[in-house]
Amino acid sequence: MQAFMTLRIALRALARNKLRAFLTMLGIIIGVGAVIAMVAIGEGAKSTIRAQIAALGTNVLIVLPGSNVQGGVRAGFGNVNTLIDADARAMARELPSVAYVSPVLRRQEQVVAGNLNWGTLAQGVAPEFQQIRDWQVAEGRFLHEGDMDSAAKVAVIGQTVARQLFGNDEALDAVIRIRNIPFRVVGVLGAKGQTGQGTDQDDTIMIPYTTMQKRLMRITWVQTIVVKAVSAERVDEAQEQIAALLRQRHRIGPEREDDFNVRNLSDIAEAATTTARVMAILLGSVASISLLVGGIGIMNIMLVSVTERTREIGIRMAVGARSRDIMLQFLVEAVVMAATGGLIGIFFGVGSSELIKQWAQWPTLIDPAIIAIAFLFSGAVGVFFGFYPAKKAANLDPIEALRYE
Amino acid sequence: MSALIRVENVHKTYRMGDIEVPALRGINLSIERGEFVAVMGSSGSGKSTFMNILGCLDRPSAGKYFLENQEVGSLRPDQWAHIRNQQIGFVFQGFNLLARTSALENVELPMMYNGFAGRERRQRALEMLSLVGLEKRLDHTPNQLSGGQQQRVAIARALVNRPPLILADEPTGNLDSSTSNEIMALFQQLNAQQGITVILVTHELDIAVHARRQIVFRDGVVIADKTSNPVLIAGAN
Repeated sequence: MQAFMTLRIALRALARNKLRAFLTMLGIIIGVGAVIAMVAIGEGAKSTIRAQIAALGTNVLIVLPGSNVQGGVRAGFGNVNTLIDADARAMARELPSVAYVSPVLRRQEQVVAGNLNWGTLAQGVAPEFQQIRDWQVAEGRFLHEGDMDSAAKVAVIGQTVARQLFGNDEALDAVIRIRNIPFRVVGVLGAKGQTGQGTDQDDTIMIPYTTMQKRLMRITWVQTIVVKAVSAERVDEAQEQIAALLRQRHRIGPEREDDFNVRNLSDIAEAATTTARVMAILLGSVASISLLVGGIGIMNIMLVSVTERTREIGIRMAVGARSRDIMLQFLVEAVVMAATGGLIGIFFGVGSSELIKQWAQWPTLIDPAIIAIAFLFSGAVGVFFGFYPAKKAANLDPIEALRYE
Repeated sequence: MSALIRVENVHKTYRMGDIEVPALRGINLSIERGEFVAVMGSSGSGKSTFMNILGCLDRPSAGKYFLENQEVGSLRPDQWAHIRNQQIGFVFQGFNLLARTSALENVELPMMYNGFAGRERRQRALEMLSLVGLEKRLDHTPNQLSGGQQQRVAIARALVNRPPLILADEPTGNLDSSTSNEIMALFQQLNAQQGITVILVTHELDIAVHARRQIVFRDGVVIADKTSNPVLIAGAN
């Protein structure tokens, strides 16, 4: 029997019981829809985390000054001034696994422009900081090497600061004051948005680290050094090389503790991604259960249908249908229901994930692969749960079937 | 031996739990091509069992059944399906048409299982429906047709694969007498004009008289086998 005809018979049989077919399909519709929506939610969370990590900069290591032991009191990390900008320059110069290095000094400062003022995070950085943190420059330029050497009074400001201080006015080449020291705005940074903790990354102002040291903080050391490794594979290598180099430069004997600490951001990133993945799997598997329940619904209705149509099966057998023709007929019917339900479920799932995105402000992400998988899976559910009823129909005795009332 | 049907010592025994119930106890018959046979007998006489075996729907417990010189009693179910499709046309007492399906599609049904393409299938179905005089009722579903018309559709369906043999099980059982006569006339016409062998089961004598040969069953054996003009046969009713 030709495939097309089998399909037509199946469609007609379903059309005779439209409500029942629809209700049966509803199980699959909800199942597939739920799988797609849930996976979209999980994937959305994953991609948000990934984007936040990318915003921190990939393959980034942070070098912090170590704890200081003075008379048995161990202060926490970052409370001593063991790191200097020469350490940063040595890393850049000597370590092959390191791509970019920048000293970083940070302090909350009140920035004044005209009659407006705004408290923001001032960061003293080197030009390489742009590559390390993947900052874009929307207008003007980033800091350059010349600014470092001359401890120039120039600043690059974040989007939030630009908006707060200048509104719609031109920020470039304007003068801002920090602790009454005038800085010329040479660039406006591109927007980065919020971090995972809700900190506005655009609420910042960057000035040369030398300027920060000499003119604002009046210190000679640096608070942290951020490093970007040349590749993801060489992050660990860079971490070890930095430690070795600093121990040597700081003349730390073999028995003594480091006076610095090298932290790997990708470890944190990995932990966050794993959490998101676990959530996605959890959501997906809960949704899969509803697909399974939908499949059981199909099986149930197909069994009813086989019983109801016993006589029809008998007639078909009497006029020459083989067992496999009957089997195929019922199997195709189950698969058509499951696959149609799957298709509708895809729309339903995509639609509801859009709604979640719009109303719940949750970033959802639909992977085309998951649509294909969900559809194929719904077809497989049809075959799996349609098989037993179809087999039952095919094994009917034609005499009994013809006599069935 | 060119008999269309030859059965040799066919037995059929049903098991009801521990009890064995013999339905057929040694049937020997041969039916030639072009015969018109009425199989008679009261209920429980074994005539329905016999028809099921002839129709390749049931397997004899013992004995041999030859259809067109092929021993078919021991074939596989799929081969039986093929024989039912190609060599046998069934007509039932209850018509057994597919509900909510047009006359035309009901007639097309047997051709769905032998690979006839759409246009030829339709053409043949139309031909058969006009042969039984229903060319104006193609799109009617069974519940829009009278009993006689439904039985005509069933006959058209039985004929559509041009089988040499038609098995009719109480074809007039659900019809009034004038319609019954029309249906019997149709069988006679098919038998006479197309040379189709017709075997019909009936317990009504006035139906059996339309056939040229009457075979009477009782308690699983043939008690009478006459090629004759109508006579009153004992045990037929």
